[in-house]
Amino acid sequence: GLFVWRLRNAGARQIPCRFVHLYHVASNRLITFQYFNFLKRMYVTQCNKDLSQRAKPKSDSIVSPFHELQQLDQEKKVVLKIRSVSPVHQSWSEMSSRNELREIKSAAETEDSVIPGGTESKEDRQWKEMKLRLDDLPGILARLSKIKLTGLVVSTAAAGFAMAPVPFELTCFLLASLGTGLASCAANSINQFFEVPFDSNMNRTKNRPLVRGQISPLLAVCFAASCGIPGIALLTLGVNPLTGALGAFNIFLYTCCYTPLKRMSIANTWVGAVVGAIPPVMGWTAATGSLDAGALLLGGILYSWQFPHFNALSWGLREDYSRGGYCMMSVTHPGLCRRVALRHCLALIGLSTVAPVLNITTWTFPVISLPINLYISYLGFRFYRDADRSSSRKLFFCSLWHLPMLLLVMFTCKKSVLEKEDKGELRGGSHEMAMEIRLP
Amino acid sequence: PPAHSHSDWIGPPDKLSNLRPIIFYVPPEESALERRLREARQEAQASNQRFWARHNRAFRQEKEEFIYSRLKAKGLEMRDESGQKAALSAEEMADFYKDFLSKNLKKHLQYNRDWYKHNFRITFLMGQVALVRALRWLRRRKKNAEQ
Repeated sequence: GLFVWRLRNAGARQIPCRFVHLYHVASNRLITFQYFNFLKRMYVTQCNKDLSQRAKPKSDSIVSPFHELQQLDQEKKVVLKIRSVSPVHQSWSEMSSRNELREIKSAAETEDSVIPGGTESKEDRQWKEMKLRLDDLPGILARLSKIKLTGLVVSTAAAGFAMAPVPFELTCFLLASLGTGLASCAANSINQFFEVPFDSNMNRTKNRPLVRGQISPLLAVCFAASCGIPGIALLTLGVNPLTGALGAFNIFLYTCCYTPLKRMSIANTWVGAVVGAIPPVMGWTAATGSLDAGALLLGGILYSWQFPHFNALSWGLREDYSRGGYCMMSVTHPGLCRRVALRHCLALIGLSTVAPVLNITTWTFPVISLPINLYISYLGFRFYRDADRSSSRKLFFCSLWHLPMLLLVMFTCKKSVLEKEDKGELRGGSHEMAMEIRLP
Repeated sequence: PPAHSHSDWIGPPDKLSNLRPIIFYVPPEESALERRLREARQEAQASNQRFWARHNRAFRQEKEEFIYSRLKAKGLEMRDESGQKAALSAEEMADFYKDFLSKNLKKHLQYNRDWYKHNFRITFLMGQVALVRALRWLRRRKKNAEQ
């Protein structure tokens, strides 16, 4: 998946800073996953050329030693040597039977003169047994289903549910959220299943479970089926058939249209924007049971938001996309990329103005949301004009807080509100509390 | 992998292809189906390795050539006084990326088709093997229960 969202909870002011910082780091290294594995353990490594020791903080068992590997040209030879050198087996099989790295002795035993001392043990440690360990399974499945992205998708669906002009039903809400979450897990797993060799070649995605062999493709497909089928069934039977149909359609759109299309034409971005726009529509239809203008407007807002968000993100990934064979606007049509981002920033202003016309919100909504919409449009314009890394990053980070802010403001300006609530007050409270106040 | 191991082993990413090589375990009583699965996986691995190693090498080479030609056009050398490698700005590199992508698009389309075929075939065979193994295990359990 190329859409990486961040949605902060209403009220927690310090989170956006953390997320922004996270993204700052992530964009720099293009390895979001690695950052989230905080310091686990230190280990002592040995340089290839000299036997000096240095401690390195390890965040990922595979990625860090790889840097040293780049100096070693004899990987394949090492692999073959490992099989033939039997005395090493004893100590080595002990180590590799555990699924974690630990300190290696400075004097690594090796009988082979070809391999410099110490690198053999380091090499060996990087070979992992392809056996599924049950205690690792939750983590692996979380990464396979892109659980954080799924969480954000469910949040937008919840926003769609909350904006619907009907009395709030908790069970319906929970069923819709769960069903959407399961559908999203399924779609993300299938996406990763399809993209294994491409993910291995891109910095951002090379630590995914299927790439690392932590799970077999069969298991990934079974997991996807066991999430998707109950999820859609839950939506169809527990909520309403329309929501179920939308959910199934979205899974199809994401896995069978967007994923292959990414490597065929730049039209994938528009398809992907629709994929992102459907969850709030699902939330709305779950609440009301019908596809009205309000649902389409919410979908439209999310559709437009995708463009500044994704186009800005993809601006910094052009090398990886080019090498990986992904057809993205930022690579093939850079001018179009920036134009489209700007166009949709402006469209957000227009869509916000339409909201009161459709009786979804009061007229305070376009007024209050105008500053943030203008700001993102300004950044969109800067990106259009400057077309450099700093303006793209600014636009991307802005999109991360812009969407939650916009949805929150929209919710506070919802039509069923009897009196105007101060925006500042509500930001301090939680989302749930706000919803309770709204019960007619 | 150690001699007593009964599972496949996956290694660090290959330097050229960025793909992780797998050493497949060959059980002594490997059925025909299991052998087909293993061979399919080996074939896919080899084909992927070939494609990406060649592709990435071509990318690196063409990138170097591009940088060299652009620097020469600007009248600069590859390395400046301090010995640091001169680099082009992201905007200048963008031309190269666009070019490279369009040149290789057809190659990618063909590879996509092959990869999807491999992937589906391997997963389907895995499913068959798993089913056979499950049935065998169930049959064995029933036999044990009867005894």
